[in-house]
Amino acid sequence: MAYSDKVIDHYENPRNVGAFDKEEQNVGTGMVGAPACGDVMRLQIKVNEQGVIEDARFKTYGCGSAIASSSLVTEWVKGKTLDEALAIKNADIAEELALPPVKIHCSVLAEDAIRAAIDDYRTKQGDDSSETDEGRKSA
Amino acid sequence: MSKTIYLDYSATTPVDPRVAEKMCRYLTAEYGLFGNPASRSHSFGWAAEEAVEEARQQVAALINADPKEIVWTSGATESDNLAIKGAAHFYAKKGKHLITLTTEHKAVLDTCRQLERDGFEVTYLDPRPDGLVDLDRLAAAIRPDTILVSIMHVNNEIGVIQDIDAIGQLTRSKGVLFHVDAAQSAGKVPIDVTTSQVDLMSFSAHKCYGPKGMGALYVRRKPRVRLEAQMHGGGHERGLRSGTLPVHQIVGMGEAFRLAREEMASENERVRSLRDRLLAGVSGIEEVYINGDMERRVPHNLNVSFNFVEGESLMMALKELAVSSGSACTSASLEPSYVLRALGRSDELAHSSIRFTIGRFTTETEVDRAIELIHEKIAKLRELSPLWEMFKEGIDLDNVKWAAH
Ligand SMILES: Cc1ncc(COP(=O)(O)O)c(C=O)c1O
Repeated sequence: MAYSDKVIDHYENPRNVGAFDKEEQNVGTGMVGAPACGDVMRLQIKVNEQGVIEDARFKTYGCGSAIASSSLVTEWVKGKTLDEALAIKNADIAEELALPPVKIHCSVLAEDAIRAAIDDYRTKQGDDSSETDEGRKSA
Repeated sequence: MSKTIYLDYSATTPVDPRVAEKMCRYLTAEYGLFGNPASRSHSFGWAAEEAVEEARQQVAALINADPKEIVWTSGATESDNLAIKGAAHFYAKKGKHLITLTTEHKAVLDTCRQLERDGFEVTYLDPRPDGLVDLDRLAAAIRPDTILVSIMHVNNEIGVIQDIDAIGQLTRSKGVLFHVDAAQSAGKVPIDVTTSQVDLMSFSAHKCYGPKGMGALYVRRKPRVRLEAQMHGGGHERGLRSGTLPVHQIVGMGEAFRLAREEMASENERVRSLRDRLLAGVSGIEEVYINGDMERRVPHNLNVSFNFVEGESLMMALKELAVSSGSACTSASLEPSYVLRALGRSDELAHSSIRFTIGRFTTETEVDRAIELIHEKIAKLRELSPLWEMFKEGIDLDNVKWAAH
C-alpha cells in the first residue's frame, strides 16, 4: 500500500489528538465505525456562543488513511459553523488526501463522524431537527 | 531501503548466495551447462540432465524419498493444483468427496473451490482454537466416497505444525489419499516419508532460500499414487508435468534443499533463540495475544495481536520493519485474516495482528531494534485509539452498541 504524502504527514503528526469532557454542554461527540470492521473514529467538537466550532479533538482506531481522514477533519471543522461543517463531503476528504479507491470508506467514516458529533451537540441543546443554530441560543 | 529490517521470511526468503552462485553457472554459455535436459543427442543435454537428477536427489533426501517420487513444478501453488485436481480427477470413479481445513493456503482452498464447480464435494473443517486439526472431527468427516484429505504441514500465518503422522495413519487406515502442503515446513521441520503416511506433498523453493517460480511435488510410489496431468505437452516428468525443465531453477532448489538438510538443526536453534527474544520483548506490553499454539509451532514464526491497535496502521508505524498483517483493511469487504477468524479469534484481534517471521539472515541487533520500535509505536497508536481509552476506563467494548458500517 503506497500512501500519499498528506496521509503520511497526518499519520505521523496527527493534529488535535485527544478528548474533551463529553458531558460538557458545549461539546458534541460522534463515534462511528466498529472494532470488528477495523475502524472506529471518535470526533469531538467544542462549539462557542456564536455557534462556531472553536476546537476539535479526535481519536481513531484504524488504518493510516482512517487516522489521516479524522486528523484532517479536525482541522477543517475548526472555525466553521455547524452548517458549514456539515457541508464537508467525503469526496473532499478523499481528494485532499489522495485516497485510493479501497480507502474511500475512511473518508465516508470521517464525514459520518462530523454528522454524529453535530447531531450529539444539537441533541444536547434540545434541538435535533434544526438546520440553523437558533435553537441552541434559546436553550 | 536496505535499512528496513526483513521479518517476513514466510512471504519469501532471499536466495542464499551459495544457491545463487550455483544457479548462475546454468544460465550462460560459459560453463556449457545451459542445455536442455531432454536433448539426448549431445553433451549439453547430458550435462543438464545430470544436474537435474542431482537436484532431484537433493530434494528427495530432505524428506527421505526416492528421487523418482519427485516431480518438478513451478511452485507450491502448481504442486497443490496438480496433487488435488490430479488425484480428484484420476480417482473420481471411486468417489467425489474431499476434506480440507479452513486455514489452508489459497492455493489449496481455491483449487478445492474449482473442484466443487466441477462436481466434487468438499468439506472444510475448522481447526481447534490453537490452529491444530481435531483428529476426531477429521475421522468423523471421512465418508465412503472420500478420496483425498489435504492438510498443510505448517500454517503460513501462525506457524503451527500439524501432526501429519497421526493424520496419515488415519487416512491410510481408511484408504483415503493424504496430500500435505509443505511449503512452509521444508527445511524447518524434519520430514520422513518412510515413516509419515503422506501420499502427496507440495514444496516451494522460495520459502527455503531458493528461487521463486520453482517447486516440487512428492508423489508416493509404494503404495502407488496416480494423478491426471494438468499440464500437457512433451511428456516431461513421466507425463505428469510437461514443459522444458528450468535447469537453473531446479539446480537452485536442489542446492537450497541440500543446505536446508545440512543446516536445519543448528539454524532452528539460532532462529528459535531470536524468536524467543522477540517474544520476551513484546510480552511486557499490555493486552498482547499470541495467535496459534506456541508449542507445536515452527521456531521462525511469531503471530501477535496488539489489542486496540489496528494492524495496518501498526505496519505503517513499523515501516522500518518488513512484516505482514492479518488485517485486510484494503479489501472492500474489510475482512480480516480468515485464518485467525477460523481459530475463533474476534474480528478485533484479527484486525490487530502482526506476523513476524525470522530466518537465516536475521540478527540479534535487528530483533532488538524491532522490540524497541514495537514498544514505541504501540504506545503512540494506543494514545490515538479511542478503544484503548475506553478499555482503560473499564468500559466493556463487547457491550458497546457500535454503528456498524
Ligand atoms: C502454505 C503455502 N502454500 C503454497 C504457497 C504458494 O507457493 P508458491 O509461491 O511457490 O506458489 C505458499 C506461499 O505463499 C504457502 O505459504
